[in-house]
Amino acid sequence: MTDREETFAKVQQLIEPFNKKGAPLTEATTFAGDLEWDSLIVMDFVASVEDEFDILITMNMQAEIETVGQLVDAVEQLRNDG
Amino acid sequence: MTEAARTPMDPADETAVAPSHGRDLFSKFDALIAEREALLDTGVRDPFGLVMERVLSPTRAVVKGKETILLGTYNYMGMTFDPDVVAAGKQALDEFGAGTTGSRVLNGTYQGHREVEEALKEFYGTAHAMVFSTGYQANLGLMSTIAGKEDYIILDADSHASIYDGCALGNAQIVRFRHNSVEDLERRLKRLPAEGGRLVVLEGVYSMLGDIAPLKEMVEVAKRHGAMVVVDEAHGMGFFGEHGRGVFEQAGVADQVDFVVGTFSKSVGTVGGFVVSNHPKFEVLRLVCRPYVFTASLPPSVVATAATSIRKLMHAGDKRAHLWENSRRLHQGLRDLGFTLATAEAESAIIAVLLPDQQTTVMMWQALLEAGVYVNMARPPATPAGMYLLRCSLCAEHSSEEVGRILEMFEVAGRATGVLS
Repeated sequence: MTDREETFAKVQQLIEPFNKKGAPLTEATTFAGDLEWDSLIVMDFVASVEDEFDILITMNMQAEIETVGQLVDAVEQLRNDG
Repeated sequence: MTEAARTPMDPADETAVAPSHGRDLFSKFDALIAEREALLDTGVRDPFGLVMERVLSPTRAVVKGKETILLGTYNYMGMTFDPDVVAAGKQALDEFGAGTTGSRVLNGTYQGHREVEEALKEFYGTAHAMVFSTGYQANLGLMSTIAGKEDYIILDADSHASIYDGCALGNAQIVRFRHNSVEDLERRLKRLPAEGGRLVVLEGVYSMLGDIAPLKEMVEVAKRHGAMVVVDEAHGMGFFGEHGRGVFEQAGVADQVDFVVGTFSKSVGTVGGFVVSNHPKFEVLRLVCRPYVFTASLPPSVVATAATSIRKLMHAGDKRAHLWENSRRLHQGLRDLGFTLATAEAESAIIAVLLPDQQTTVMMWQALLEAGVYVNMARPPATPAGMYLLRCSLCAEHSSEEVGRILEMFEVAGRATGVLS
């Protein structure tokens, strides 16, 4: 697997405990629309992603992230910057 | 828009309510409107539409013609009807008029605004005090002004809306940590880039659950990582610490906190907000802080009542002791009855009763009101973790006998609604 594929797989794993609807997870899956997450779930999930990858995803960045693919891209970028 | 004969606001013309073309901007609220209608259709009273027809004292009001014990105000120290406070307000109204009609930085600073800032400096033992028109604006102003685009604000996930809104108004990078977790705060501080300023935002008492922050540990961690620290003491002022300054005083970290934010609308008993600080450049905020500059200052009567109240709170040891006694007794009593509470012990003057869902919460709220006690109902998104709760806040003016009656009413309401078996 490439680094990005590994990150995607890890993000998928982190989504699962919050994926109460059992929605299928693809690059295009949206957090608000497809997963129907509210702000409280987003907070818990973002904290788990931050701790898994040892990064910070500021609320400013979170506002720009709508899909799983965008989150994976952001994680990749943050890891490379760090 | 040319049919001037019919205005869209004409209440007689019901057909004019919805626009005939284009998307109604209110459609985004449809789900909330439907949820609310469904709830009210079950026959319960609207918990967010209560009117106090008369207010008899800090602890009593008339609601729908019935004298009701108030257990859902922020009037912790019962200062709203203090004779000295009321007299100061009346005198200021006579001598300075009803309002200032101006910004603090132009024509809106009267002698009374100076005096209330002097009273705050004495109360907190700080070099500077800046009074805003509300507590909300104090947070809005501080967060949005002192942290710029390159800076980081690190805040507790359960922070008050005014803190979040202050962050949204400004340009700083916003990082959240898990509520009251010292480890989570430290992990995030460690991940911050070396460049950029850091502001850690904490609250002494979190108002939904009434839990307090581990400020000793949190402030230590924040300082070790080079951050400035602001503590919001909205719900702690008046009865925590030797001088009643707040949880930060009780935690022994007063010398390490850079800013304390507070409000006049709780223990002080009127309305207004403030920031106190010892920072040598603090006064510049009066020129650059938009929520301070671009709004009218508080009316003279309000600052006069606030100054008098703050000075009295400096010597309110007996009231503090009684407030704590009331809080501990209510907490213990509710626990003994079998209610589930948000904290294991009474940590503040807020006691939050956890309930399973909205319907049960509203029924319990209404049963209490009909028995003769008013409490706050709180629901998501104001509450953390999707909780429904009835929030009780005590007052130093509640008598021991009143607390006993409140417990009786909780028992009756709990059994009537099935919350207690």
